Amino acid sequence: MTVIDNAAGAAAVATGRSPGRPARRPGSAMSYGFVSIYAFLALVFGILPAVYALYLAFTDAEGGFAGLANFTKVIGDFRFWPAATHVALYLVIWLVALVVLVTLLAVIVHAIRVRWLSRTLRFVFYLPGALAGASSVLLWLFVLDPTASPVSGLLRLLGFDSFVQVIVPGNLPVVFAIIAFWTGAGGWIVIMYGALNNISAEVIEAARVDGANAVQIAWRIQLPMLRKWISYMGIMSLAAGTQLFVEPQLLSQASNAVVPNDYSLNQLAYQYAFQQNDFNGAAAISLLLLVIALALSAVFVTRGGLFERD
Amino acid sequence: MVRFRPVPNLRALLTAAGSAAALTLALAGCGGGGGGDSTAGSYGFPQVAQDDKAAITVWVDADRTKAADAFKKANPGVPIQVVTYDGSANGSNSFRTKMQLFDRAQSGWPDVVFSTQNNDAAWASQKSNGKQAFAAVLDGGLVAKDTLDKFTPGSLNPCTVDGKVYCLRNDLAQAVLWYNKSLLDQFGYSVPTTWQEYQALGEKVAQEHPGYIVGTVGDAWTPEVFFWASKCEANGITGPKTVTVNTGTPQCRRAAAMLDTLIKNGTTPNISVFTPEFVKKYTGKVLLMPGPAWYAGAIFNNPESLKVPGGQLGVAPPPAWQGEDAVTGNVGGGTWFVSSHSKNLKAAESFVRFATTADDYQVAVAPGYPAYAPAAEKWVTKQEASKYYATSLQPVVTAGTAIWPGWGSGIFSQEAVWAKTMTPAIADGKSLVALLPEWQTAIKNQAQVDGYTVK
Repeated sequence: MTVIDNAAGAAAVATGRSPGRPARRPGSAMSYGFVSIYAFLALVFGILPAVYALYLAFTDAEGGFAGLANFTKVIGDFRFWPAATHVALYLVIWLVALVVLVTLLAVIVHAIRVRWLSRTLRFVFYLPGALAGASSVLLWLFVLDPTASPVSGLLRLLGFDSFVQVIVPGNLPVVFAIIAFWTGAGGWIVIMYGALNNISAEVIEAARVDGANAVQIAWRIQLPMLRKWISYMGIMSLAAGTQLFVEPQLLSQASNAVVPNDYSLNQLAYQYAFQQNDFNGAAAISLLLLVIALALSAVFVTRGGLFERD
Repeated sequence: MVRFRPVPNLRALLTAAGSAAALTLALAGCGGGGGGDSTAGSYGFPQVAQDDKAAITVWVDADRTKAADAFKKANPGVPIQVVTYDGSANGSNSFRTKMQLFDRAQSGWPDVVFSTQNNDAAWASQKSNGKQAFAAVLDGGLVAKDTLDKFTPGSLNPCTVDGKVYCLRNDLAQAVLWYNKSLLDQFGYSVPTTWQEYQALGEKVAQEHPGYIVGTVGDAWTPEVFFWASKCEANGITGPKTVTVNTGTPQCRRAAAMLDTLIKNGTTPNISVFTPEFVKKYTGKVLLMPGPAWYAGAIFNNPESLKVPGGQLGVAPPPAWQGEDAVTGNVGGGTWFVSSHSKNLKAAESFVRFATTADDYQVAVAPGYPAYAPAAEKWVTKQEASKYYATSLQPVVTAGTAIWPGWGSGIFSQEAVWAKTMTPAIADGKSLVALLPEWQTAIKNQAQVDGYTVK
């Protein structure tokens, strides 16, 4: 929300219109109506559960105040640090790949002058993202199984003869990063493409007149002007990535538990709640996740200049 | 160009938030009713006021809907609602998950639940967060002693906690030695009676008939087939919250060493029997296969799996370790629970009794080996009459009473621990003997997480 509003403010500044308070118009009651529906949903399914989690994390099963006991319990759990490491590794691989490859592909597609080709490419990139999370994982279960995979030759070339060999713990962060990239990158490429379209033609023209070639334009003009969008993509993907759940959960069932059902932090929280009947521990893990995601997002916000006005 | 409006002012935000809050309050209904008053019942657990006319809700997995159908046919007067769920299969644990949510809501429990697992009594018999235990005590007068006594000896062990019975066993899943009689005759081998002979045969097969296999280690129940049968003390559940874990014993080491040899020579591949990979590679190549009773229908006589033609499949007693009596392990076998919260315990009891003991279901319909001894005999007779098997099924019957009692049914899943720590390590080419300490640590960790005191 804020991002768009700020971008809008920035756009207003750029076009010389001062972002003053708009006059009240008869339609404003309608806008309150629309906003209140959103605010209602955010309150019921976002804020209230978060507050409830906060309450749970600091109480025990009987509802008495527990201080930090839940946090020390979950951090001391033998599954906690492995799960945290798994998620961290996956995030590093995935975010780096996402930022670098999406930006690169968007710039390349944007540079293609042949209209139909550019359009086709964007469509092709976007296509995998149209599959919802769970179904795309199911698709990957086949791709990763050397006996059923359409690219089994490639898997065998890499030395994998059986499904279990593909999904040994060491390979999983990379496997999950590939799945997440494949499903999520297309949408971002389209968004970046739009952002590139927003860079005014005069600026690019001026650079060209000054003798910059395509690579220099991309590196010195387009990338700096995309900085906000890249950090926006970083934050959104980070928030999604720390909540890694569907992929390992499905893979766990498909591999008959060879991929453990406590691979990621979110799964561990689920295990706490529904395996051990310990909702307080689950809430503590969720809060830890929230704090970590917020801290990392803060880095993106400050480094990416997300709230600065141009 | 589209122009966004700048951030709306504070008052507008507050108005929006205010109307949202009003909406929330308007829509928030009162919480559902409580669980009613419990009085100590005559069966050894607190029970609610009974109503013999109340409909019972029965949770079954897809395979067990046939049991509900048979019950309806035999008892048209009992009002019953059938709900299908996944049966807690593959470690989904949905049974426990759902009951804990009902515990939190203090209402909504089904009257009867079927589970494909046999370690649910471990939690269902216990109070949880101060809430009444889900499972009704069955041997306190609810189920007749005469009925309980006719179950195969030992078959109710997974249902028994602290000397009380909390569920009825649907079927047994004792491990036996399945083999392909035609292939064995063709190769000129005899059926091994000891694990030493079994290993020697595996080594022979690797040399003389490479590509053929004598078992698998790719499934999560590998420890239950090989280590349980070797009296390995990996899962000594000694009380509701105490477990003894010692994988360093000679009993564990001998099973591990045997499997190391057979994994290395390729006769026990690290592939699950339920993968397309297994069916593709080993159809017609399975010479021997130690495994549970239900392998017959699930793998061998299944058109979607190995499709072993009639007249080839033989069954032998589980092998013994030389100089010892043969014992065997057990892989699953379903269980039926009655809810202690039921308003109509009589009807619930009649349902679980029917599902586990009645010929209409256990003999006529059920695919697995019945836990109820009189039904089991008839079931075996019926299976033998089908002429599918190349040998008598008597070894399955005797194995049913030879399950080693030193391996318990705890809350935590030994299968999940094995799959997570051992299967990938085997795939990496590590030796099982070297992995035994790691396995012990993994079991201990998991047990402690579930509140067990580990000795």
